[in-house]
Amino acid sequence: MLKISDLKVTVDGKAILNGLNLEVGPGEVHAIMGPNGSGKSTLANVIAGREGYEVTDGSVSFLENDLLEMAPEERAHEGVFLAFQYPVEIPGVANIALLKEGLNAARRHRGEKELDALDFLKLVREKLKLVEMKEEFLYRSVNEGFSGGEKKRNEIFQMAMLEPRLAVLDETDSGLDIDALKIVAGGVNALRSEDRSVILVTHYQRLLDYIVPDYVHVLAGGRIVRSGDKGLALDLEERGYGWIEAGDSATA
Amino acid sequence: MNTAVKELGELVGREYKEGFVTDIEAETLPPGLDESVIRFLSAKKSEPDFILEWRLEAFRRWQEMDKPEWAHVHHDPIDFQAISYYSAPKRDEDRPKSLDEVDPKLIETYNKLGIPLEEQKALAGVAVDAVFDSVSVTTTFKDKLAEAGVIFCPLSEAMANHPELVREYLGSVVPASDNFYAGLNSAVFTEGSFVYVPKGVRCPMELSTYFRINALNTGQFERTLIIADEGSYVSYLEGCTAPMRDENQLHAAVVELVAMKDAQIKYSTVQNWYPGDEEGRGGIYNFVTKRGACRGDNAKISWTQVETGSAITWKYPSVLLEGNHSTGEFYSVALTNNCQQADTGTKMVHIGEHTSSTIISKGISAGRGQNAYRGLVKVLKGAKGARNYSQCDSLLMGDRCGAHTFPYIEVKNPSATIEHEASTSKIGEDQLFYCRQRGLSEEDAVSMIVNGFCKEVFRELPMEFAVEAQKLLGISLEGAVG
Amino acid sequence: MSAAESHAAPYIEAQQAQASALPAVGVAALDHSRSEALQLLGERGLPTQRDEDWKYTSIKAITRTRFTPAAPSVECSKEMVDASSIENLDSWRLVFADGFYQPEHSTLDGLPEGIRLAGLGEVLKTDPDSVTKHIGSAMGEMPHGFAAMNSAFVGDGALIEIAPGVELDKPIELVFLSGCSGEGFLSLPRNLITLGTGSRASVIERHLSCAEDRTLSNALTEIILEEDASLDYCCVQDQAERTFHVGGLFARVAGSARLKATTATVGRAWVRNDARVNLDAKGAAASLDGAYLAFGRCHVDNHTHISHNAPECTSRECYKGVLGDRGHAVFHGRIVVQPDAQKTDSEQSNQNLLLSADAEIDTKPQLEIYADDVKCAHGATVGQLDEAALFYLVSRGIEREAARRMLTQAFAAEVLETIEPAALQDYLSAKVSGQLSPAAPTEAAR
Repeated sequence: MLKISDLKVTVDGKAILNGLNLEVGPGEVHAIMGPNGSGKSTLANVIAGREGYEVTDGSVSFLENDLLEMAPEERAHEGVFLAFQYPVEIPGVANIALLKEGLNAARRHRGEKELDALDFLKLVREKLKLVEMKEEFLYRSVNEGFSGGEKKRNEIFQMAMLEPRLAVLDETDSGLDIDALKIVAGGVNALRSEDRSVILVTHYQRLLDYIVPDYVHVLAGGRIVRSGDKGLALDLEERGYGWIEAGDSATA
Repeated sequence: MNTAVKELGELVGREYKEGFVTDIEAETLPPGLDESVIRFLSAKKSEPDFILEWRLEAFRRWQEMDKPEWAHVHHDPIDFQAISYYSAPKRDEDRPKSLDEVDPKLIETYNKLGIPLEEQKALAGVAVDAVFDSVSVTTTFKDKLAEAGVIFCPLSEAMANHPELVREYLGSVVPASDNFYAGLNSAVFTEGSFVYVPKGVRCPMELSTYFRINALNTGQFERTLIIADEGSYVSYLEGCTAPMRDENQLHAAVVELVAMKDAQIKYSTVQNWYPGDEEGRGGIYNFVTKRGACRGDNAKISWTQVETGSAITWKYPSVLLEGNHSTGEFYSVALTNNCQQADTGTKMVHIGEHTSSTIISKGISAGRGQNAYRGLVKVLKGAKGARNYSQCDSLLMGDRCGAHTFPYIEVKNPSATIEHEASTSKIGEDQLFYCRQRGLSEEDAVSMIVNGFCKEVFRELPMEFAVEAQKLLGISLEGAVG
Repeated sequence: MSAAESHAAPYIEAQQAQASALPAVGVAALDHSRSEALQLLGERGLPTQRDEDWKYTSIKAITRTRFTPAAPSVECSKEMVDASSIENLDSWRLVFADGFYQPEHSTLDGLPEGIRLAGLGEVLKTDPDSVTKHIGSAMGEMPHGFAAMNSAFVGDGALIEIAPGVELDKPIELVFLSGCSGEGFLSLPRNLITLGTGSRASVIERHLSCAEDRTLSNALTEIILEEDASLDYCCVQDQAERTFHVGGLFARVAGSARLKATTATVGRAWVRNDARVNLDAKGAAASLDGAYLAFGRCHVDNHTHISHNAPECTSRECYKGVLGDRGHAVFHGRIVVQPDAQKTDSEQSNQNLLLSADAEIDTKPQLEIYADDVKCAHGATVGQLDEAALFYLVSRGIEREAARRMLTQAFAAEVLETIEPAALQDYLSAKVSGQLSPAAPTEAAR
């Protein structure tokens, strides 16, 4: 599904990713963990195509296509979804308007018929239940005046609507209380399927209690320094990132 | 929203849609202005003597007035002697009685505009008093309005049939001596609309007029007068388009609104006159004086404008809050792209007690456009308990445009509460990326964000106007993206 | 001759009469700038209300009197000087009588290396070349006839020059006493403050009246901050009812330098201030603040202009006014973001509290933006004391008058609290509360 090879990325001339390799197969859930500043969010943003990140070397292919060549909206149409760490407020633009436009743009891209108002609303209501959101959220401006938890739930709701093939969740657990975390995780789990892959970017192990990953990777110094299964996350929680970093430098 | 965005997509990349010239033989005065021109205009319309006198007095005063220099706009001097002050469709004498009698070319013009009279009648139930150049060619829905007692007719007709109303109110809100362009208008106005809503009547439909500038070198000088008598309500829509043209055309209209006790007037404008080309050649000079007076207690006047056209816009729809507890509102979207310049805003003059006013202004600057908000909130000595809230936001697109905010606040009564807020920022990169990540193209994302930015104003517009306004915004931003 | 020109005529005559006696006559640069200013004064005259920048401020009360420039021989008494000191304020102190430096009343003990602190007149006589290049350099375009008048008469004032890297540990205080020459005199101090790269200083400029005489004080301060320099500057205007004060503050701020300038107008005089700050290079920052009281028949007009001339500069502006009796205040704040000044961050606010039926405020915040990647905001409010807060205090047993005073002081505190040192802040707070107390005189003939 996704293949990242020797990816090197700089931001304002500063190297953030230094030769990152990652392969994500269909239906797999990968957790990317690492201390602050290790490049986790950079990875998420590069996959989604945000400006300001300069890829100096390496490649990212998605379903055999060169992802780095695509505009952000093309990536979205191909099925890449980013749940933002800090969802943006857009005053005056209703949530539902953004979603309808985004969903239909993707459908047009795939050569499918656009959803009419009735079918769209039916779909919306079904997906709302998934994240336990009220219908009134649809008509409010995108993320404006939403609490931290509401914003994150809105991201998962949008993900459910857009049905991506690859979902990248950037610190979706941060700032959530336990109830909200359960709802968000429930939403993600409900969307797990054989042809949908997920990358969870997180600082804490906590989220992985609710969304059990197939693989756990530790990112440090712009590279994946250790990979394993869920057990690795538990080790990390117990021993801290210092353990990995110390080990890493010892072997380097 | 979806529809609007979709249509925007189709429209982006298109030439100015309303740019075409209707070929109608016009009866046109040679360029130039002196007393004889004014006498000709007045005689042409068979005006009562008091109107001619008023015009001549205005002309005398105008000759002594200075052109306003304070606005944040730049243009070459205007030669007022190079303008022709009268033009009318030739068959003036036998004016059409119904749409069937209207010159088919006119109908075609409206069809090209996408606002055919027939369709509009059926769709919106809106009465249309279409001004084609200077003479009204058709007025519809007269019967229904007459039944309610509402007078809605060309100003010239009102002078003939209701001289007492015209004599009482014409120039009572915007006197001929008010400013240079209002003075010029008072001397040479050719046509416009007149509305009188009697006591206690809620006007049964939205009133609308489409203005067009057509014949070469003919400045247009409309004069609109709307009177809402005690306890009445009227909503008036003004929409404008103009054919593409190479030379600058002057447009100096005057609009006067009078709201008596408990009356309400809602005046909405969508303006997309020809803005000139990308290099700033051509385009309309739109120097308009619009003012309303809340004459009685609890009166309310609300201005909503969406200004996307014209090379230069100089316009300050204002409210004189004379009656106690009267209310003034101003909602504005002004967009300047390419070389357009706008200096627009409002004046809220608090005179009566417990008067309140609200100002919401949204400016969008793109290309080399210069966009200025200029507003005055004035609280006179006796205006106990006056309140004003003003919010002026500017959105910048491109590094060669300008956004300027010039609010004036003058308070002579200590019980006033005045709040002014303004912000200016670039269109949010984060917002654009967010929308694109959700699958929107950059153009659609911009259009959606800009429309969102203007939402507080759009929701004040009547439904069909709001849709049109959103479309216009997209067309006007053409070339500003990327 | 227009009114504007005829009002300027007596001052042109006076300048011509004493031109040959001004310090540093014959120094080409200065001769040139003085005569240029004089010519401008002749052409433009003194401002009238037809000038957009003087729309709300009439100078009729000034033009009724023909003021005579004070003579360099003017003196002030020790009592006057002693009476002007601020409790607990430890400073290096320069005293001026009607604009002329009084070395015998000044305290410059223990001045560290790298600081030149002197009367400008003295320096013009002994070492003119070291300062002439700076005079007028921070001003740019002459804003009005009063500034031209000051520039035509440049003769004395304060010179503060801080060498690169020097950091002062106590403030420099400039005390300007007006009215020392008696009724009908004009003072024209010209101050020059330059801070070298990476230096740090705090300057307090105070304007006081030592008599109730009718006087005109036309004071102009230029500030030049080189890279990384940091200046805290506070101008305190505390003159008597019959004083007219026209103040000018012109600053140029270089890359990464920082200026904090506060103007506190706490007296009873007629005041007009023009402040102009140019942020000239990347990373320059300025806070321009003001607190003003307009009681009695006081007129206080603050015109400010901040120009962002380079990328990544920051400006903050906060002016707060309390108006009572027949006080009239004017605020005009202009922020201009020039075409290349991307990443500008600018905020401006003006808030006014109206306490009496006859007080008047005219405020005009304005933004002119010619760049696109900017964050600018401004706001203005006019209002009264919060009735709910007032009720809350009264219900706690505080007397109504005291409660009003507390809330009014709290309103002004936003600006005053940022002023350092603490001794100056205390002094100003006391001034404000003195003006607010009912015992303060309210009306007097002007």
